[in-house]
Amino acid sequence: MNEPSTGLAADLGIAFAKVAFAMLVVLNFGGILTWVERKQSAIMQDRIGANRASIFGLRLFGLFHPLADAIKMLTKEEFTPARADRFLFGIAPFLSLFFALVAFATVPFGDVLRLGGREISLQAVELNVGILYVFAMLSLGVYGVVLAGWASANNYALLGGQRAAALMISSEIAIGASIMGVALVYGSLDMQTIVRGQGVYWFDLVPKWGILTQPLGFVLFLTAGIAATKRIPFDLPESESEIVGYFVEYSGMRFGMFMMADFVETVVIAGMTTALFLGGWQVPFLFPEGFNFPGDLAIPLPHLAVVALQVGAFLTKVAFMCWFMMLIRWTLPRFRYDQAMRLGWLGLFPLSILNVVLTGLVLLPRGGS
Amino acid sequence: MTDRPKIGLRQRVYLVEVLIGLGVTARHFFGNLGRHAAHSILRRKDVRGAVTIQYPEERRPYSPRLRSLHRLVRREDGSPRCVACMMCETVCPAHCIYIMASEHPNPDIEKMPARFDIDLGKCVFCGFCVEACPEDAIRMDTGILEFSAYSREGMIYTMDKLLALEPADETGRPRSPVPLPAR
Repeated sequence: MNEPSTGLAADLGIAFAKVAFAMLVVLNFGGILTWVERKQSAIMQDRIGANRASIFGLRLFGLFHPLADAIKMLTKEEFTPARADRFLFGIAPFLSLFFALVAFATVPFGDVLRLGGREISLQAVELNVGILYVFAMLSLGVYGVVLAGWASANNYALLGGQRAAALMISSEIAIGASIMGVALVYGSLDMQTIVRGQGVYWFDLVPKWGILTQPLGFVLFLTAGIAATKRIPFDLPESESEIVGYFVEYSGMRFGMFMMADFVETVVIAGMTTALFLGGWQVPFLFPEGFNFPGDLAIPLPHLAVVALQVGAFLTKVAFMCWFMMLIRWTLPRFRYDQAMRLGWLGLFPLSILNVVLTGLVLLPRGGS
Repeated sequence: MTDRPKIGLRQRVYLVEVLIGLGVTARHFFGNLGRHAAHSILRRKDVRGAVTIQYPEERRPYSPRLRSLHRLVRREDGSPRCVACMMCETVCPAHCIYIMASEHPNPDIEKMPARFDIDLGKCVFCGFCVEACPEDAIRMDTGILEFSAYSREGMIYTMDKLLALEPADETGRPRSPVPLPAR
């Protein structure tokens, strides 16, 4: 009689642990990205960057600045305009951050972990339509932005919100269509299955990662994904130089949540790019039994070491993608509104449809996946 | 009307140019990262990864011609070299100098100032006072640029304050402590 209840408790514990790990990854990456943004931009521009915040004289390359920012934002005044819709104004930043945070749930961060006779798939939520889920959450995130723009009772904020909606539609279509190519190649919408599919090798040499099977899809997805994060070069909702954007009326931690949502979305897009195009948790030539290099060189590894290597590889790839997206953000000038719309509708959208057609044509003679 | 440069196919496709741009910034990133590492880990102080001058601790060298905070030059015995001739007060376009003359204890020297106030809130830093002075008694070579006060009265520098200031060293770094505003 005792058996099922302990099983349930263990299941719950495992579920909690997986969700906690995914949250930890997203929140920590998001927090550190605020530091990375400052430091990386500084180093790219021959500057030093924020380095003054210190605890007991310890500066640690400015790593305390995110902490100082959080304290500053929490202690600042939260201002609500007199004519604002108080309920929507208050809930908008939470919506924005919530959907960004939960989007990471189906991104797999490791293969199966065998622990005490259980097989735990290292993925916060196992969904067989994982991609669509992330896609949906990213689209829902724009509600927070649109509501913020509308509830602020400020024309500039409203313009920002409308631009966010327009940008979201033009970029999410390209995201969806470029994902279709990946789904065709690996024959699944489950991200774990897609990552496993990338563990196959051409001629036992080249891993079949999404970036090699879908090069055009990768470029399109990354471009549209950067547009979905609402950061430069696609910062139309914000447009600091024209309309200041949907969060003009926000102050204190509510503004901080919008800013945080942008960074978290960067992490989510980086995680998705990693899972769909960079082999997810796959380490080249690492199999469940250990390394097996071409030329019959095999290094057997214990199960836990393999899992640790896989999770480490996933985190490294996500970190690299975050770095790369920051590099793009600090290299390119921003698009004007009409330019971004033209790029989205006349560039990304037709190309992603073309990508689907080409992928289909290549796969058709093989009779499916 | 300006002729817009022709944009070729490569520029219009955008991707190639973006990659070239990313190459430039990535080269800066990794180059500077390496130089930062050499500077702080390998202790190679001649290698710098940034052009930043960390101001309160570091200063860029100032030109010797720079007109900074005034000082009054002292004689060997410590009394002001100024003879209260009122040349500087007369030439000052901002009327920011106020001098009150008195007898000098030494009969060879006719006068000395009893009061010598400069209202830095009015001063325009033209340097005419330095040019006009026949005794080389006032100079603007302290290298101090950061004087501030919480009140207008705080911007009035009296003779004692001006006499206490030292000239800057050869790189323009002030020898006197930067005067901090009293609350």
